[in-house]
Parts: sequence; structure tokens; C-alpha cells
Amino acid sequence: MNIGFELNGKPTILEIEQRETLAEVLRGRCRLTGVKVSCEAQVCGSCTVLVDDLPVSACTFLAYEVRGKRVTTIEGLADESGRLHPLQQAFLDNFAFQCGFCTPGMILAAKSLLDENSNVTDAEIVAHMNGNLCRCTGYLPILKAIRQAATELRGQK
Amino acid sequence: MKERSEFAVVNHSVPRGDGIAKVTGSAVYTSDMAVEHMAWAKVLRSPFARARILSIDISQAKSQPGLIDVLTGGDLKGLSPYYGHGVRDHPLIAIGQVRFVGEPVAAVIAEDELTAQEALGKIVVEYEELDAILDVDTALAQGTPRIHETDFADGAFRGFDDFPGAAGNICQAVHVAWGDVDAAFAVAAHIAEGEFYFPMVYAYAMEPYVAIADYDAKGQLTVYSSAQHPFMVRHDLAQVFGLPLNSVRVIVPYVGGGYGSKSYTKIEPLVAACSWKAGRPVKLQLSVEEAFLTTRGDDARVRIRTAADAKGQLVARQATIHLNTGAYAENSPMVCRKAANRIVGPYRIPNVKIDCFAVYTNTVPASSYRGLGGAQVTFPGESQIDELAEKSGCDSVEFRLKNLAQSRESIHPGMRPIDADLPGDVREAARMLRMDRPLAPGRGRAVCCSASDAGAHPVTLAMVQIYADGSVSVLSGSTEIGQGSHTVLAQIAAEEMGVPLEKVRLVGSDTAVTLFERSTGASRTTTLMGRAVLEACREAIAQCKVMAAEVLGVPAEALVEERGGIRSGETRLTWSEILEKYFQMEGCSIIGRAYLRKAGDLKLVPVFWEIGVVGVEIALDEETGRITLESLVTIGDVGLAINPAMTEGQDLGAATMGLGAGLFEELIYDGQQLMNGTMLEYRVPRFSDLANNVEMKLVQNRDGVGPYGAKGGGEGAVNPISPCIANALHQATGVRMRTLPLTPERVWKALQEKKARAST
Repeated sequence: MNIGFELNGKPTILEIEQRETLAEVLRGRCRLTGVKVSCEAQVCGSCTVLVDDLPVSACTFLAYEVRGKRVTTIEGLADESGRLHPLQQAFLDNFAFQCGFCTPGMILAAKSLLDENSNVTDAEIVAHMNGNLCRCTGYLPILKAIRQAATELRGQK
Repeated sequence: MKERSEFAVVNHSVPRGDGIAKVTGSAVYTSDMAVEHMAWAKVLRSPFARARILSIDISQAKSQPGLIDVLTGGDLKGLSPYYGHGVRDHPLIAIGQVRFVGEPVAAVIAEDELTAQEALGKIVVEYEELDAILDVDTALAQGTPRIHETDFADGAFRGFDDFPGAAGNICQAVHVAWGDVDAAFAVAAHIAEGEFYFPMVYAYAMEPYVAIADYDAKGQLTVYSSAQHPFMVRHDLAQVFGLPLNSVRVIVPYVGGGYGSKSYTKIEPLVAACSWKAGRPVKLQLSVEEAFLTTRGDDARVRIRTAADAKGQLVARQATIHLNTGAYAENSPMVCRKAANRIVGPYRIPNVKIDCFAVYTNTVPASSYRGLGGAQVTFPGESQIDELAEKSGCDSVEFRLKNLAQSRESIHPGMRPIDADLPGDVREAARMLRMDRPLAPGRGRAVCCSASDAGAHPVTLAMVQIYADGSVSVLSGSTEIGQGSHTVLAQIAAEEMGVPLEKVRLVGSDTAVTLFERSTGASRTTTLMGRAVLEACREAIAQCKVMAAEVLGVPAEALVEERGGIRSGETRLTWSEILEKYFQMEGCSIIGRAYLRKAGDLKLVPVFWEIGVVGVEIALDEETGRITLESLVTIGDVGLAINPAMTEGQDLGAATMGLGAGLFEELIYDGQQLMNGTMLEYRVPRFSDLANNVEMKLVQNRDGVGPYGAKGGGEGAVNPISPCIANALHQATGVRMRTLPLTPERVWKALQEKKARAST
């Protein structure tokens, strides 16, 4: 089947099979390998992408469901000049990753939170991010990064 | 030696070299890779824990459109199909029998993953089921058949890295003893005695095992893998296929977590055999469920007793440790050795007797897990230190301070003396935790510590390439597994060569390009590869000086080294100017090299003692038995932190992993079946498990053998966390827990039992 959607700001039409997950389509057909697949059970959050600005687990989300919608992956976050999104910069500044496998999903999950409300408390960050696992950092550097990005984004508004 | 303040690049929290790639999604992991004409493999796994394979019928599968080939244990003629660096007991695919549920029995190679998956269902395997040997007691009982009926050839490290071997279902036995424990216990004033259990755990590296192998028509084997130790993988592949070392190229891109679980050889021989059979490059990407069936940590049952005299001095420790090693040895012989060494703890104890056994069972093979035996034995060891402190009527911190080895004091006869300030570290952790404050109800506090003989066998080779334009490449066989080695090694090269960090590029790991490095584990990389890179830079500088002397027509002794170059009188030349003048040609480069081996100050084992010191304050919900962390403090006694922020990150990461095994994590078998081998059922620490207060401190006394006095970190804090929680729980409730994890159910039951006892 053919699906049309907006992928990282660009109109996209793809021939896919109905059974394909969004992760398979993004990684396989679009070569957006920043979408990372780990648990395949909506537990770890590593495959998180944004569909109409809301986080979904691409591993279990059927690709045809994005027709007519906006999909954002980690590859679409920096602006056209290559300037990093404040979350990306904050993850760098705070050493909020080690192996980096959870990072794209973490950043996108955090983006969905801060897009809605950049005036967040720690408790809100923790509650929102609890579906994203990181096995390396112990989470505190990620919390700090999200705090920093929230401050930055508040300043931009 | 430079003073700390003189450092330009090291000892600074510079941004990670892999940072931009990792936050933009452009970092390439093996999972993300594809090569030309690549086929896909899928694995059919055994449903039985112990069975003979009577027949495998692949005729139906063969007729599947898109199928290329099928590999079974009958296809391995011409190969040496058993691998293993300690014991060569592991067939790359089941040969004639299976030894655990999940063991690969057949591999299907197809044009795409889906076709391979479908074809798996068409393979018919006939088994003769045998009685499974599922626990250590059964495995050791008289009359139990051997899980491995033959004795296997020794692997590369047997007899070299201290694998003396054993027999029957005992995969490995290690004995550590000095003094006379029986005499000491006979006269001791206080004795603590008990049996402890550390659970079977799964490292959950978020990137599951993956490899791409290309065995080409010329007999050259190229493998991309998520492996921690590419040179060990190369060794095993060369042995399996009878290839010279230069015909096996193992390349490791970014790796999505390891924590020990990706050490040594995993799926690479199977994937390479698929390519060998199919005549195509083949990729095998395991799912997380399959990764659960590939490697786990050894669970440990520890019978231990520890004694102190009337003055509160430790006088003896005796322990018998049984590790459930699963179906194949993997790295468990080393876990066995390390558990035996590490259970002694960082204390001076005059009488010690430790007997440690790694025991084969028909369960998922166990291997390295962060801490390498340390977490399993620090739980009983440090729990018992608190028990003895209480019996001695002594504060638990004071009791530790009285018994901890001082810097330069020996805890193991014949081994390197302690190269850390343990009493200072423990005192500092207690201060940071503010142990003198009164405790609220349901709260408990504790500080625990560990010392691990770390670094593994010190053979580490490195090269640096100095280019005529002033850029530098570091060629390192250490794997960037997230620990930050590529950043740290670049910092060291930039420091030594006096070039900006941006001018340094890391190359590796690639066994065709980078020199031998035994492994990326045992927290060794900063210490050993860091030092090798430093020495390689010094060697390159020495060459540059000779060249400069010739170019300037002065004796080499007349040259003064300055940051980034040399000076001779008023003339100053950078390294790049020297190379350009010497070669009279643009684009040249020279190589500096270093070969570290077990000699000189690296002769004594261990390379360094890795210290773990943590403190916690827990909050207990008595209604539910749920434990949460109010405060967590960590001390990283690392000699010198090449990158302080990353070093602290290692401590917090290790502590959090230890928290998982302490509170939630346990693989559960019901008979032959692993019952919770998915991330839906295996609970690892989440955001909400983060302690309310976290404080980390680095102690930098420059007392290690690494560059600038550095020592390794990253595995220390995993060890003392679980006893720290158990000791804090005891302080809060009077309940002593000897089985992990401390799940709400387990804690609640123990609280109820205590109440019931109190009311009768």
C-alpha cells in the first residue's frame, strides 16, 4: 500500500506492506537508523518517535497509521543549518548518555514533554520519562539535561 | 610528573568525542549496518534443557521461496566447531545434543528476515528428552550424569589467565587460603555465619547481540559485531575456521551497552559459519528475548562465616561459593576466580579460606556481568561485616575503619598492595551521608565498600599516528562501549602531543588496523590503553626529536621539549614543522607505538585495585515492603579522573545497575523454562527509582599505574550497593535479609515473620 505523511518536515510517499511497523519502515525503507529498536514490547522507549508531536513506540506502531500525519525522528531535530535542538545540546553538555542507544528515544520523549510545557517540575519530568529506560547513566544526567533544555526553551518563548 | 594544575586537556570534563553522533542519530551501531549482497539469518532454538537431537528435517524449510541455506550441527565438517577462551566446550550450534532451553539448533539463511523467520517453523527436529540438571545441588549430587560428557580442549587462556580446570559438572574450582581459619574461629570472640543468595541477573544491554559475517571466496573472514573484545573474537574465529590471524578481521562500530555481557565470543562463530555455508555475507540480529537466552550473570549461593576478636579486629573469614554457571563455561571460570578473590573484601584478615566452584547446569550460560563476581560476593561479605560490628557493639563505619587495609597495605599475600585510600573513602562517604543525623522512622543508612583485583592480564598495544599537518590519530583496539574510552584516549593523546583535542581522531576497533588489546573489560581501558597511548605519544615525540636534531643540525640533547613541539635556542618547531622539514613532502606521518605487557610495574597482579564505596539512606514502606532510595553517595577512588564528569557517570551508572540486582532484578526458572525472559517481566531501574539526593565525589590521589596515576572505574559501585541497602534495611527494621533481590514481597514477608516471632 501507499502511504503519504510528513517525515521530518518533508512530504513523503512510500510503498509499504500493511504488516510493517513504523520502526521497520523508518529504519529499513527510510534509512533513519537513529530509530533504535530494543525490547520490541513498548517497555524501553528506545524506538520512541513523535507522531503529530506525541511519542509513540515505533516498534509496535503500524506504519500505515501515520498516513496524513507528521513524523519526527532524531534526524529531524537539528535545524537546517545543523544547529542542535536545545535538548540535543543539553544532553551533550550534561553527559546524559554513554552507549547512546537509548538517546534518540530519550530526546524525543523529552521533546514531547517540553513542547507541551517547558515549565516542568522534576516530578513531571520523572513521570513523563518513566517509560524510557537507560542502562548506562543512572538517569540523573538525563534529568539535568531536560531541566537545562526546559530553561532554554522557556527563554525562547 | 606534571602537577594536576598543569594539565591542559586531561582532568577536564571535555565533551564526549562521540557526542554529536549520538545525539543526532548518526552514530552507527552494528544493528544499523548492512553490506552488499547481505543475507539474513534466524535461529531455531531448543525447547528442551537437555536432550539428544535424533534428527533434523530441513526439507520443508528448503522449499521456502527466498531461502538460501540452512545450517545445523551436521554441517560443520572441516571446522573446529567448539570455542571458548577458558574451556572450548561451546559448539557454535548444537551438535547431537542440547544443553539449555534456547540453545541454537538450526540457523536459516534467507534473502530477508521475514523469510528466514517463516522457514524456521518448517524445520522438524526430533529430540530424545533427558532429565534436565537445573540446579547446583543436582549437578553436584552423586550419580548425576555429566552435562558435558567429554573433557574439552583448553581455550586460549587456560593455564595462562589462571584457569586450572576441574572435572564432572564442576566447570572450575578455585581455592584461596592463608593462615589457619579453624584455629582462629575456635578462639574468636564474635562470629557471624549464614547462607546468602545473589540472583541470576541479565545485563540488558539495550542493543541485543548482532553480527555481520562475510566469509569470502578467498577465505578471508570479515566480521562486524557488537563485541566488547574483538581480539578474543578473532582468536576464536581463527581457531574455528583454521585461519591465520591476518585473515580474520573483526570490526566493532559503536556498541549499545555491554556491562560484561558482550565480552568474549558470542554469536560470531555461528554467523560466520552461516556465511561460510551460504557463500554470502550474513547478518544475525538477535531480539532481546534471544539475548536473554544467550548470556546471564552467574547466580551465587554463598555459605560464609566471619570472625572478630574481642577488640573488634577481624581474625578470619571462610566461605564456600557455588556459582550456577549454566550450560557452557563462557567466562565463568574467571568469575569463579574473581569471586574467590573478592569475597575477602578490602580488609586485613589474617586467616582466610575460600572455596569457589563454578557448576554446569542446563540453564542459559552465565558469563561476565559488571563487577565480575564482585557483586555476588560483596553482598554476603559486607552484610556480615555489619553483623559482626553489631555483635562487637561497634558502629559499622568505625568497625570498617578499624579493619580496612591502609594505602600500600597488602590484603592478599603476593598481590599488589592496596593502591587507594579506603579508610579515607569510607570516612568521606559517611560524612557525605551525614550519618550523625537522627533517622526518621522507616529510614536506614549504611556505607559499604569493596576492592576488586581489576585490569585483567596486562597485554595492551597501541599506536598513534602523527601527521605532518599537526593532526593525530590514535589507533586503539579498545572498544567504545559507552564508557567513553574514545574521549579519554583522545584527551591523553592531545595532552601529550600538545595539540587541540579536535585534532585527535580515534581509530578502532578493527583487528586489521589496530594492534592487539586483550580486552575491553575489568575497568582496564583508561589504565592500560590510556598508558599505552601516552607511551606511544612519547615514542613519537622521541622520533620527532631525532628528526629535529638532524634538520637543525644540532645534537638531540640540545633540544628542549615544549608543548606541541621543540625549541632550540630561539628556533621553535612544532611536530608538523619537523615532519615537513624532515620529509620535504606534504602529507607524511609517523607512528609512535607502545607495547605493554606483564612486566616492570605491571608485573604485580592486579594491575590496580578497583574500589567501590557507596552510602545509601533508604525509606521503607512497611505496609508494602517497598524500599526506595532517599540518598545515594558514591566515592570514585580513581587516582586521576581523565574526564571527571564521565568518571562520575560511571559511578552512578554502576550504582544504579547494582540497585537493580539489589531491589528488582532476578531471572526466574520454572523447571526448564526461563519464565521472565522479556522486558515486560524483567524489571530494571527506571527514572522513578533515582534517589532523591545523589552526591558523587572523586578521590584523586594519583596512586595508580595508569597515565598520570589514573586507575579504572565503572565497576566499583555495582558491588557494595546491595549489601548497603540490606544493611540499611536492617538498621531500619532489625530484619537481616540474605537473599536478593529485596522485592517488596520478600521484605514484607520478612517483616511479618519478625512481627509473628515478636508476638509469640
